[in-house]
Amino acid sequence: MAQMNMKEAIRDAMRVELKNDPNVYVFGEDVGKVGGVFRATEGLQGEFGEDRVFDTPLAESAIAGMAVGMGLQGFRPVAEIQFVGFIYEAMDQMFIQAARMRYRSGGRYNSPIVFRTPFGGGVKAAELHTDSLEGLAIQTPGIKVIVPSNPYDAKGLLVAAIRDNDPVFFMEHLNLYHAFRQDVPEEAYTIEIGKANVVREGSDVTIIAYGLMVHTAVKAAEELEKSGVKAEVIDLRTLLPLDIETIVTSIKKTNRAIVVQEAQKTSGAAAEIIAQINENAILHLEAPVLRVAGPDTVYPFAQVEDAWLPNPARIVKAVNQVMNF
Amino acid sequence: MSKLPYEVQTEPVTPLSVLSPEGEIVNEAMMPNLSDEQLKEIMYRMVFTRTWDERAVNLGRQGRLGFYAPVSGQEASMVGSEYALNKDDFVCPGYRDMPQIVWHGLPLYQAFLYSRGHQHGGQIPADVHVLMPQIIIGAQILHATGVAMAFKKKGEKRVAITYTGDGGSSEGDFYEGMNFAGVFKLPVIYVVQNNGYAITTPYSKQTGALSVAHKAVAAGIRGIQIDGMDVLAVIKAVQEAAERGRNGEGATLIEMLTYRFRPHSMADDTSKYRTKDEEAEWVLKDPITRFAKFLEKKGLWTEEDTARVKEEAKATVNEHIKKAEQTEKMTVNGLIDSMFEHTPAHLEAQKADFQ
Repeated sequence: MAQMNMKEAIRDAMRVELKNDPNVYVFGEDVGKVGGVFRATEGLQGEFGEDRVFDTPLAESAIAGMAVGMGLQGFRPVAEIQFVGFIYEAMDQMFIQAARMRYRSGGRYNSPIVFRTPFGGGVKAAELHTDSLEGLAIQTPGIKVIVPSNPYDAKGLLVAAIRDNDPVFFMEHLNLYHAFRQDVPEEAYTIEIGKANVVREGSDVTIIAYGLMVHTAVKAAEELEKSGVKAEVIDLRTLLPLDIETIVTSIKKTNRAIVVQEAQKTSGAAAEIIAQINENAILHLEAPVLRVAGPDTVYPFAQVEDAWLPNPARIVKAVNQVMNF
Repeated sequence: MSKLPYEVQTEPVTPLSVLSPEGEIVNEAMMPNLSDEQLKEIMYRMVFTRTWDERAVNLGRQGRLGFYAPVSGQEASMVGSEYALNKDDFVCPGYRDMPQIVWHGLPLYQAFLYSRGHQHGGQIPADVHVLMPQIIIGAQILHATGVAMAFKKKGEKRVAITYTGDGGSSEGDFYEGMNFAGVFKLPVIYVVQNNGYAITTPYSKQTGALSVAHKAVAAGIRGIQIDGMDVLAVIKAVQEAAERGRNGEGATLIEMLTYRFRPHSMADDTSKYRTKDEEAEWVLKDPITRFAKFLEKKGLWTEEDTARVKEEAKATVNEHIKKAEQTEKMTVNGLIDSMFEHTPAHLEAQKADFQ
């Protein structure tokens, strides 16, 4: 065991897989020599050489497209898109070419690729660095979408993602890279993709969240405890495929739920989660499932970010609404 | 207007020709080294491809084929470029480039299944090194770049080749792929089959560049322009580019000047944007007529040979369209199971609606 923050755990996942599998290659803009703009790949080029860990020209579509081509020849690319807003440049290659490869070829080819990208608000970054674009990804058939919330999960999920024979979009929240440390095994281990985690048990209401919002939800749950409301918090970890079973099990116990997402409200992950709750657990609900989300604006200017992002107070308010429905 | 001393200088390029429209060798030094048997095989494939194209257009009209992009006129650029490759070289085709992947090993009935919208059309046999045709113009350029990166990293003496049209050379991915190849010195050949039109839009509306080949300058790779109606020039150019790739000398962009005698697709009407005069002028450069004249003079080909190949091609097309039509129908549940290596629970559950 070693104490690692999430960035170090992510780096360690790449390190153990570069070691375990000669087909793993790590590349992107500035990931080589300096080890990434967030140092998430720091030291990897030194340890594994320029052949395995390398810098690319500044062109996201080609980074993703080259990964698809390398995947056709049995390689397992871990391609980094420097900031989430730049995935628009690479969307054809990520969400059409990689995601459809197995289907289009009837299984002859596949795309065993991980597309890593940092995202997430609260760090006063420049435009298009922090948007929550998971909603675009989760309506893409053929890709898996992972958003870890802590160092232990990040390493286990990234190792699993690298070993997965289908493409994975791996979103790393900027505000969690250095937020806290945790015991993380030094060897390789995996966490099953598509499995949620109950991070706080409760009996009165279920709060479903992912990424940074897991921690915001736990803070809200602590607040709610003071007024006697016992909230259960679920960390989804994977958004696609969604672990509806864990959600339904929790709702059968609590009969109430809210979903928290950092993204703007309309057509995001929360909408899909609520639809699936309706399909699978409507008879267990005492109140409608509410969303806590950003307003439907473009991601806010840095100066107003703190007010825009969901916070514990808004979650407490939403929980009180479903409790008093 | 005079050029500034600090301005990038470029000159017009002269396309490589080996064979004149009259079937005479005009550039002996660039004649590819081919045996009589090989010359006859190339002719066989071009005539076969022309006949297949004619039959495919008819089968399309009868509703026995679906999406189909005609190829007549481009036999030299398609058949010749594939012929210049090794079997373990990797082909990333655009949507019109079915002949290259069929001659590289994809069974014809699977090409027909692709046209009809059947998944088995894309199930490339394990020993055939091609991708299925790419619909997103430019995407295949990046795939070839990645395949070439893999060849280079594995130290394999193989090249990747990819095709797009003149319109495709305006795409961002076209530039990005060539630029990556320039940086990493990749064994890849970028072929632009410049047939003068992207659907209805003429080449002059795609770029102000002197030629597509000039665009290689921006990527730091070799760019050449050739007569794409001249199968010997095509073979020579691709052989040389492949050799450069295998020797670690990097990528080549080859612009092949060609023409499609037929419309862009079955839904296109060329009379709205092309003149009869223009079409007639290109017919004089027909790659098959030209190569036939050359072979006839050498005593390697006769009109009877052409007739025989046409009959053979028709019979083969008939046999393969029947095989395509008899292929087992797909099911939605089969599609669901082909999405991932392991079907996730939510998709497994969705099968219930299609039992």
